[in-house]
Amino acid sequence: MIPLNPKLFDTDVEQAPIRQGFGEGLVLAGRADERVVAMCCDLTESTKMDAFAKEFPKRFFEMGIMEQSSASVASGMAAMGKIPFVSSYAMFSPGRNWEQIRTNICYNDRPVKIAGSHAGVSVGPDGGTHQAIEDIAITRVMPNMTVITPCDSIEARKATLAMAKTNSPTYIRLAREKTPIITTEDTPFEIGKAQEFFRSASAPKVGIVACGSLVYNALMAAKELEGEGIGTVVLNIGTVKPIDRESVIALAKECSAIVTVEEHQVAGGMGSAVAEVLSAEHPTKMVFVGVHDKFGQSGTPEELVRHYGMDKDSIKNAVRKLIP
Amino acid sequence: MTHLHDDKIKFLEEKALEIRKSIIESLVEAKSGHTAGPLGMADIFTAFYFHILKHDPKNPTWEDRDRVVLSNGHICPVLYATMAHVGYFPVEELKTLRKFGTRLQGHPHREYLPMLETSSGPLGQGLSQAVGMAIIDRLDRGHNSNRTTYCFLGDGELNEGQIWEAAMLAGREKLHNLVAIVDRNNIQIDGFTEDVMPLEPLALKWAAFGWHVLEIDGHNMSAIVDAVDTARAIFEKPSVIIAHTIPGKGVEMFEHDYKWHGNPPNKEQGVNAMAELRTLGGQIQSEHE
Repeated sequence: MIPLNPKLFDTDVEQAPIRQGFGEGLVLAGRADERVVAMCCDLTESTKMDAFAKEFPKRFFEMGIMEQSSASVASGMAAMGKIPFVSSYAMFSPGRNWEQIRTNICYNDRPVKIAGSHAGVSVGPDGGTHQAIEDIAITRVMPNMTVITPCDSIEARKATLAMAKTNSPTYIRLAREKTPIITTEDTPFEIGKAQEFFRSASAPKVGIVACGSLVYNALMAAKELEGEGIGTVVLNIGTVKPIDRESVIALAKECSAIVTVEEHQVAGGMGSAVAEVLSAEHPTKMVFVGVHDKFGQSGTPEELVRHYGMDKDSIKNAVRKLIP
Repeated sequence: MTHLHDDKIKFLEEKALEIRKSIIESLVEAKSGHTAGPLGMADIFTAFYFHILKHDPKNPTWEDRDRVVLSNGHICPVLYATMAHVGYFPVEELKTLRKFGTRLQGHPHREYLPMLETSSGPLGQGLSQAVGMAIIDRLDRGHNSNRTTYCFLGDGELNEGQIWEAAMLAGREKLHNLVAIVDRNNIQIDGFTEDVMPLEPLALKWAAFGWHVLEIDGHNMSAIVDAVDTARAIFEKPSVIIAHTIPGKGVEMFEHDYKWHGNPPNKEQGVNAMAELRTLGGQIQSEHE
């Protein structure tokens, strides 16, 4: 079994923002490889690039509020042999600068790393303008692009280090709020590899495939369902693209149905990626937990996650729907 | 670089003529593509690839090379023709322009033609990439790096907001190793630039963003070379050369007519154009000879 935080199901489980792990990972990547450079669009503290900026002032570039130019500048830097990281809020990068990422980075197949922070409705009070719930869809559709959605701060750190070592354009999706620590230092991370985070004592009937900040809710739901006699498996999809086809297909073969859980529009997101695999390889009844064609709004993260049907109880209901 | 001797000017003007012929031939063969911009920029591209640029067609990834970003990718017929004539690939290959399987994509794609620094076509994005290259050149080699990053821009594409983002950043960074060349031919697809979206006072705009501004006749070989020399000698700022050009230059039917921005000549028009094409020697600088 994959090692996970022993306090995972405790009420006092440690919490940290996923973006913090990115900031830590970037510093480590910078120490490991001097080709790593970083730029931020006037959100250096917010996206946790400040530690890198402090340690490597010459390799950090304050870009002002220029998301479009930043993506293109990064492409130019990559053309000169660098591994540039660009950070902003996910709404603006890869949101606003999508075409620059497509044509200057992915079409050129340059190893630029886009870090989109404040993804999902759990940004909270800032409201719908700032809640990126389309970013997985618009990044995974681009050829050459890798899309990573860490589930906690520790995984984010490992993912950041791992993506700095590849030659692929990569998007990493980060969240603002503190979320429970799920993994441990010993939990392996590999780009493109999904991991089984939970398996109930009884035979699983439904497979839950989750990503990002909602993996915790999925695990809590699975734990409670186990107590209610409903067996599940929870698969953490750390990488949405390339998706771990083998693990997804194996899960569908073992369970009679699949629930996908993501803090993202259901259209085009991680669930869609899973459905693309399963509909071709092993057609399986699915329920999609995520935002259903709505924009976000102001509120606390908890209120919003519940309102849009992505909380623990909603996941449990989704699983129950699939039990014959 | 040194000032051009008359012999060199004549050589460059004759090369430019050959390149214009190749542009017409490839466009007629392709049956689609842009005519006005490539013909208008033929002299500048010739001056760059046959005189100004530090490059090696036999070793396109030479680390010490100057970097060239063609931002307005739609004028690639002139880029391809010049690169072929200077030895990057066979001139014969120009006939594959825009055809299935070609390395010469309708807009440049470096996956197909890896000797390009970047792919381009969507307007307004090249200058930012050139800024990224120039920043890294300075980071890696310091202020006395002898590599220069050149970025070719159309005037119509200056409508794009991203150009001014890049201009602002280059100004802040004081990128003396960056030279932008604006093809000021006054046309874009829907009409004359000053009717579609006025750019003037263009020189003042660049100056206000922290750039050293030069304005030249973009068909005068000496002026082109001198302007680049000056730009490279400016140490505290990036430079922009606003090159006044005649769209479609060399074939009267195409000149100054924005309808030729995005259309190719048909076979008959191509034959007429080839017959009419004359060397610019005898027209501009060499007139007195």
